[in-house]
Amino acid sequence: MEWANQLCENRQFGSKMTDSKYFTTTKKGEIFELKAELNSDKKEKKKEAVKKVIASMTVGKDVSALFPDVVNCMQTDNLELKKLVYLYLMNYAKSQPDMAIMAVNTFVKDCEDPNPLIRALAVRTMGCIRVDKITEYLCEPLRKCLKDEDPYVRKTAAVCVAKLHDINAQLVEDQGFLDTLKDLISDSNPMVVANAVAALSEIAESHPNSNLLDLNPQSINKLLTALNECTEWGQIFILDCLANYTPRDDRESQSICERVTPRLSHANSAVVLSAVKVLMKFMEMLPKDLDYYGTLLKKLAPPLVTLLSAEPELQYVALRNINLIVQKRPEILKHEMKVFFVKYNDPIYVKLEKLDIMIRLASQANIAQVLAELKEYATEVDVDFVRKAVRAIGRCAIKVEQSAERCVSTLLDLIQTKVNYVVQEAIVVIKDIFRKYPNKYESVIATLCENLDSLDEPEARAAMIWIVGEYAERIDNADELLESFLEGFHDESTQVQLQLLTAIVKLFLKKPTETQELVQQVLSLATQDSDNPDLRDRGYIYWRLLSTDPVAAKEVVLAEKPLISEETDLIEPTLLEELICHIGTLASVYHKPPSAFVEGSRGVMHKRLPARTGSGEGTECPDVGNAAGGSAPEAAPSIIPSQGDLLGDLLNLDLAPPTTTGPNPSTSGMQMGGMDLLGGGLDSLLGGDIGGSPAMGAGFGAAPAVMPASLNAPVGGGLGDLFDLGGGVGMPMGAYIPPKTVWLPAMKAKGLEISGTFARRAGVIQMELVLTNKAMSVMTDFAIQFNRNSFGLAPAGPLQVLTPLGPNQTIEVSLPLSTVGPVMKMDPLNNLQVAVKNNIDVFYFSCQYPISMLFVEDGKMERQVFLATWKDIPNDNESQFQIQDCHLNSEAASNKLQGSNIFTIAKRTVEGQDMLYMAIKLSNGIWVLAELKVQAGNPNYTVSSGTRRDRSCFTCPSNCPMASGCWLS
Amino acid sequence: MINSLFLINPSGEIFLEKHWKSVVSRSVCDYFLEAKEKALEPEDVPPVIHTPHHYLISIYRDKLFFLSVIQTEVPPLFVIEFLHRVAEMIQDYFGECSETVVKDHMVMVYELLEEMLDNGFPLATESNVLKEMIRPPTILRSVVNTLTGTSNVGDTLPTGQLSTIPWRRAGVRYTNNEAYFDVVEEIDAILDQSGTTVFAEIQGVVEACVKLSGMPDLTLSFMNPRLLDDVSFHPCVRYKLWESERVLSFIPPDGNFTLMTYHVNAQNLVAIPVYVKQSISFFECGSDGRLDVTVGPKQTMGKTVEGVMVTVHLPKTILSINLTATQGSYTYDNGTKLLVWDIGKLNPQKLPNLRGSLSLQAGAPKPEENPSLNIDLKIQQLAISGLKVNRLDMFGEKYKPFKGVKYITKAGKFQVRT
Repeated sequence: MEWANQLCENRQFGSKMTDSKYFTTTKKGEIFELKAELNSDKKEKKKEAVKKVIASMTVGKDVSALFPDVVNCMQTDNLELKKLVYLYLMNYAKSQPDMAIMAVNTFVKDCEDPNPLIRALAVRTMGCIRVDKITEYLCEPLRKCLKDEDPYVRKTAAVCVAKLHDINAQLVEDQGFLDTLKDLISDSNPMVVANAVAALSEIAESHPNSNLLDLNPQSINKLLTALNECTEWGQIFILDCLANYTPRDDRESQSICERVTPRLSHANSAVVLSAVKVLMKFMEMLPKDLDYYGTLLKKLAPPLVTLLSAEPELQYVALRNINLIVQKRPEILKHEMKVFFVKYNDPIYVKLEKLDIMIRLASQANIAQVLAELKEYATEVDVDFVRKAVRAIGRCAIKVEQSAERCVSTLLDLIQTKVNYVVQEAIVVIKDIFRKYPNKYESVIATLCENLDSLDEPEARAAMIWIVGEYAERIDNADELLESFLEGFHDESTQVQLQLLTAIVKLFLKKPTETQELVQQVLSLATQDSDNPDLRDRGYIYWRLLSTDPVAAKEVVLAEKPLISEETDLIEPTLLEELICHIGTLASVYHKPPSAFVEGSRGVMHKRLPARTGSGEGTECPDVGNAAGGSAPEAAPSIIPSQGDLLGDLLNLDLAPPTTTGPNPSTSGMQMGGMDLLGGGLDSLLGGDIGGSPAMGAGFGAAPAVMPASLNAPVGGGLGDLFDLGGGVGMPMGAYIPPKTVWLPAMKAKGLEISGTFARRAGVIQMELVLTNKAMSVMTDFAIQFNRNSFGLAPAGPLQVLTPLGPNQTIEVSLPLSTVGPVMKMDPLNNLQVAVKNNIDVFYFSCQYPISMLFVEDGKMERQVFLATWKDIPNDNESQFQIQDCHLNSEAASNKLQGSNIFTIAKRTVEGQDMLYMAIKLSNGIWVLAELKVQAGNPNYTVSSGTRRDRSCFTCPSNCPMASGCWLS
Repeated sequence: MINSLFLINPSGEIFLEKHWKSVVSRSVCDYFLEAKEKALEPEDVPPVIHTPHHYLISIYRDKLFFLSVIQTEVPPLFVIEFLHRVAEMIQDYFGECSETVVKDHMVMVYELLEEMLDNGFPLATESNVLKEMIRPPTILRSVVNTLTGTSNVGDTLPTGQLSTIPWRRAGVRYTNNEAYFDVVEEIDAILDQSGTTVFAEIQGVVEACVKLSGMPDLTLSFMNPRLLDDVSFHPCVRYKLWESERVLSFIPPDGNFTLMTYHVNAQNLVAIPVYVKQSISFFECGSDGRLDVTVGPKQTMGKTVEGVMVTVHLPKTILSINLTATQGSYTYDNGTKLLVWDIGKLNPQKLPNLRGSLSLQAGAPKPEENPSLNIDLKIQQLAISGLKVNRLDMFGEKYKPFKGVKYITKAGKFQVRT
């Protein structure tokens, strides 16, 4: 036998023996020869044969025909042979399920072996054989191994549960393996704990709501202990698991941080980054004035810097994450600019990431350094990188105003190099600089014009044309320049054509006398000779505008342009928060939430940073809203009571909005000390007009609209005129509804006039609209949409305008609103931006809703709770003000306020003063407490109020935009 | 977790695949190969690639691509770290990491990979533990094995895996007990045209070779530990003691390991051992240029700078060069336009100089880019940061070990811009 001879040869030259020999026999009959070898009596021969089989297998040859022969070799004392056979089995069992059964007996026997290594090996291999028939037999041995006396076996068994779950999830649940796995988290051996955590995490990924990793302070403590003793990989699993925990308060948060910090000095970069994730998340809960907070910030920088001296692939992942960290907490790395300087032999993907971070870190303090570097990069070899560097200079100019001048001169220097692509990039960014700082750097236009001929990329040509058109009056030969572009009009890209059209129209409006011919030429080129609808339409619009009303044309074409924003590429805050929770994961590399791309994760949990308050209940609140996974919050039904209180629902009683209606606290770090939400609202509320009641002092009759304004309250007449209803003093009454005001005048909306107000009726916020058609034509197809706003207001249904609205017709519509829409902080807080659409166009307006509309009906707090909460309000969160000239007695005031869901919880009389203690609950779960001091005979009331950060008090963490500040004043 | 591993050579051929879960078809690598085609250099292939059903995370090391396939959300750094471990393991077992070596030991590599991961979860990645389970091939052992039929696979339970010190195996015995430490520092620096330091930092590493019997407990202290900005330790180091007393206290793994790495980035602490005077210029008209480079010692702390080497990537439009070196020799590869000047020892009395003319291809414009110089150097018996080991104490064992510390400074990414 040839192979045998060869083996003999190899024996003689033993030192040269390598596995390459297994690849030499590829001749016919190979399988047959191997078969004979496998059935040989000699152990050694058997083993060599199995090795040969495995070698063929690893290079992708099909040796499945040998299945029975290989399995026959399984019953052996030789560990290596056994392992080799197992390797073979794992590969081929799936294709030969019936024969694989033959192996089951040996497995089951091996699971009883006195040697723990054999037991572990058997259970491990069995889990890898993805054949249903075999998995059935696996359950019993697995159960035993999970409770094995040897931790090595237990830890292997833990992973086996994950394998089995992957094959047959139902079986795992039915057999109760998940509970056993959970028990292993408390195992005495750290490696077992780590593997149990890893297995549970993997299983949990396919069961987002299963609550498998039920973390509580006890289990956290166990994990932290195991963290110190397990392997580096185990540390990664444990840290990633810890990151999902929400500590009860800042003290617990700090103690976890303290125990995690040593991991920052681990040699394994994945451990370091996972530790960074835990710290970034938990430090969110620490008060910023805490010494430890500062210490922690300082500790984060060095390990991040060290990651950048690792291999380029590690650097890349680290840089993508640093990009997030720098956006969230720029202070960590603000002094480390230099480590992001690019080395010429960095791989391109590292270079581009470094550049991005350099711009994010650019500030007045280091801009000189940054610019010098960027200028250096602009002379590098790699064209993509050079382009990005030039763009970066432009971004610096826009970001750091003080540096703009230097940036422009750097760009001019670069233009002087005449390197074609550098010049083009420079012109594109100079256009942006012009838009950011109009009328400042126009002196460079001459230099730009010199390079007109070298521009061959559409973006650069379009930018240049824009510049010429925009500053036509300062460029003597603007007409010639534009004319030169016009020659090849049809060969240009659309971008350039559109820009050229606009530029020439601008030029014409600025210098009408000499450019008539030119403008006619371009208009005819655009309208008659082009088949691009965009271009044609724009051409016709200009043509008509110019021919009918040149003045209007001037207003349209030469209108003031909005300034471009500072940093256009910042990640949106809510997304950034989520990504911070996913530091070190694929999501952080792609800068997308995991739900957006990870396959197989059926409904990923959205993660949020914890609130600074450390409110246990509170932080769970957003999760309730998001537990549904990918479904957008606005899709959640909001009005339906969660308790299934059907009767209440049917009777349309005032039901407390279910907890899910609370908008998600979006930003956490936002500290707005003293956000004056209600402003002087309450003040005028009592002081204002009481419906001309004779008992009231004269002179206030017309006050309500005026009073709040004079108090410079952001809410305007917000809470304001709750007393405005006048009427029966001393009995409860409905909530205050401000009078309707015109929100959208007809002249701004092609004849549609909208006026309206907000009301709270039966626990539902209503937007009451009056639509008037002042145009000549019929209006139909009405629809309404809100922009994101501070309290997540959103239409709960469509706008019910069913019949067409004829000319001069008016219709009143009531639109129920929900508070589960997306949240964004507005300024002023109660601002609401609305878009209304009809068959004619879309119109936009903004209005302000009274804050009292958001006061919910279940705001009546328990007295004890009130008392405890009141005491806990930090002084900073408290504010006081006076309500002047209110002539109600305390009871009447109390009743009046109750009508607007401001509840009197307790009353006390001290030395002739009535003290009313009141509570308000906002639709997003924030409580406001107030004390109203009324002195008989004195028309001035004193109000002290505050919100508190406390879990028993708020069902929603006070990281909502307005919560950390005290506002009722 | 990690699903599969493919080893791919620079020409795009897959020569090993290992699956830890269900088998993923080779065709998944096409996405990677496509990205590889797009990249100019093999180093430029993006490390994380998103395909419709999988993620491909790869490293390029020792001229091989290690490509892993994952299906669920797994920390990419975890995967990359693991891939580097695989490369290190191959290096450790077979002396080098190359396609030939892997092909020669295919079955053993396969067995090792099987031991390293279970269902994609790391199982045994410590070299000490692996070596207990699968013994590395030695000439003697392969002879013995082939004669006696014993195997390379150990059949005892790797004890280290269970103890709280998984990095050390039990029952170590040596006749000569010795502990050696190498303090190796690399200077990463960027100097600008005028020789001013734009950026400089030191990457330090303490490599240990400890062959001590039993369970020795070592304490290593430095004269000046405060100069280290950031440190990362081998898991054996007790972090608490470092925090409080700035000493390294540890029970060492057996054999070679990296005890710690550190970082010094306070710019004023980073001494630049050489200066480089250079000018590479091209005449505005005509197709000629000149190159003139001189290297001299700067802050060398009285030591000799050796192994100096200057590497320049010349512009692509260069046709030929004609240079003379006063010391050492230079090589130039016209295909890659790579000029390497091997100087050797730096003599302060007679500074080495390389000068001559460069000629451009006819009609080619003046090159736009400025080539950077890459400097290599070595200084024996010096840690450029000034770090010094104070003493090494051993507890827990009775014998007296041999101890030694060696210092060496090298250039890391040391670049001079022109």
